[in-house]
Amino acid sequence: MAGRWTNDLTYNDVTPEAVFLNRRQLIAGAAAAGVAGTIASPALAEELVPNSFEDITNYCNFYEFGTGKDDPARYAGALTTQPWSIEIDGMVDNPGTYSFEQVMEGMTVEERIYRFRCVEAWSMVVPWNGFELADLLEKVGVQSGAKYVAFETAYRPDEMRGVAFPVLDWPYREGLRLDEAMHPLTMMATGLYGKPMPNQNGAPIRLVVPWKYGFKSIKSIVRITLTDEEPFASWNQANPREYGFYSNVNPNVDHPRWSQATERVIGGGLFARRQPTLMFNGYEDEVASLYEGMDLTQFI
Amino acid sequence: MTLTDRINGAARRLPAWPIYIVVLIPAVRLFYLGATNQLGPEPVKVLEHEYGLIALQLLVAGLVITPLRKYAGVNLLKFRRAIGVLAFIYVTLHLLVWLVLDVQIVSQILKDIYKRPYITIGMVGFLVMLPLALTSNNWSVRKLGAATWRRLHQLTYAAVLLGAVHFVMLSKGFQLEPLLYLAAALGLVALRVKWNRRPLPQNG
Repeated sequence: MAGRWTNDLTYNDVTPEAVFLNRRQLIAGAAAAGVAGTIASPALAEELVPNSFEDITNYCNFYEFGTGKDDPARYAGALTTQPWSIEIDGMVDNPGTYSFEQVMEGMTVEERIYRFRCVEAWSMVVPWNGFELADLLEKVGVQSGAKYVAFETAYRPDEMRGVAFPVLDWPYREGLRLDEAMHPLTMMATGLYGKPMPNQNGAPIRLVVPWKYGFKSIKSIVRITLTDEEPFASWNQANPREYGFYSNVNPNVDHPRWSQATERVIGGGLFARRQPTLMFNGYEDEVASLYEGMDLTQFI
Repeated sequence: MTLTDRINGAARRLPAWPIYIVVLIPAVRLFYLGATNQLGPEPVKVLEHEYGLIALQLLVAGLVITPLRKYAGVNLLKFRRAIGVLAFIYVTLHLLVWLVLDVQIVSQILKDIYKRPYITIGMVGFLVMLPLALTSNNWSVRKLGAATWRRLHQLTYAAVLLGAVHFVMLSKGFQLEPLLYLAAALGLVALRVKWNRRPLPQNG
């Protein structure tokens, strides 16, 4: 069941500037006519413009290919993404090795324009293509005792020059609570800007959880495990004080080494101003209820 | 004529001042590339990182000069002051990029300096270099006396160690490059330590 969530950023936000400006005039006209309410969009939607394909594909953290921001663009071409398969196991009704094509069977691919906020205090806006993770989980059948979903990235020393050094405890792993995984905002992305996912962005299939810091959105997934225990997460293991299991975007809780109150928006150039970071990266209305009763200064 | 002789001969003939120009070219070039959107999607971080890295490289280079003369007979002493002053210039540029282009917000800057150990260490490193840069002239050497001046300039050892530790601490995960700089800094400072102390006089 796709379409649980509607973009607050619309496709118009990725259209060329001239058209974009026309749209703004349209909105202004609509407002004057007193029908602004029919164009339901939060105040920010108008100001947010997706980053260029160039920016999105040349400023990546994908440490399997090196720790420099341009390393993935340079070296991820070595990754073989066809054929691809995902091992789905643990507390599911239909465990097994699913080919990429089998995973895609019955999935509805949508475009979702999401804010993307890195724990390093920079951000982008990305027009992803993909389907809701909930659809895939429903397809494989989640058993009743399952509480978490664990994910694993491919580990291929022959194709990934960055894994030669133990920057992290490879393979890269991440996890979500089951309700987070089932949330309609959570998606498995297979492309961006309507193109197949570039290797440096996590081809052929990756997770996107827009209200969490970017490292939670694990790339190039080869394994999904349903479990009843909080799963291993690579950054959390490397430094639990700095990278909590939840890692929800939260301007009020600083990373020990830098403030999370503001962010640099990529693509603004050398003299761009910082912008305030939004609670849950701007998805507070959608996801705050998941954490009701939890002290978010403790559950970082 | 050996290679050492040739290097020493060339060093004697060359003046020190062109070093300033040559080493400052990357600073201007990087800023120009950043301002004209040629440093990738996030020019501020590139500029910040590159200025900081060049500063650290110059600090390390400055510490190589004495061992080069002592162990290899290569005398590049006349360039050491320029290298030190250039290291300070790059540290200052690095700090300015962080203050003005990166963090921008005064309250956040102050909070960062006292709350975040790697930034505190970086700031101490800058402050340590300040008196060194100010006394990098012949007048100061005369005024302070050679012995005092030399003792003051041993702060260079602190500066390079602080810089390398700053680099290690700001890196995410377990990375090789900053550790290599730290190893180089530690090794070069260790060469200055007088290991063969005379035994303490025994009380009869």
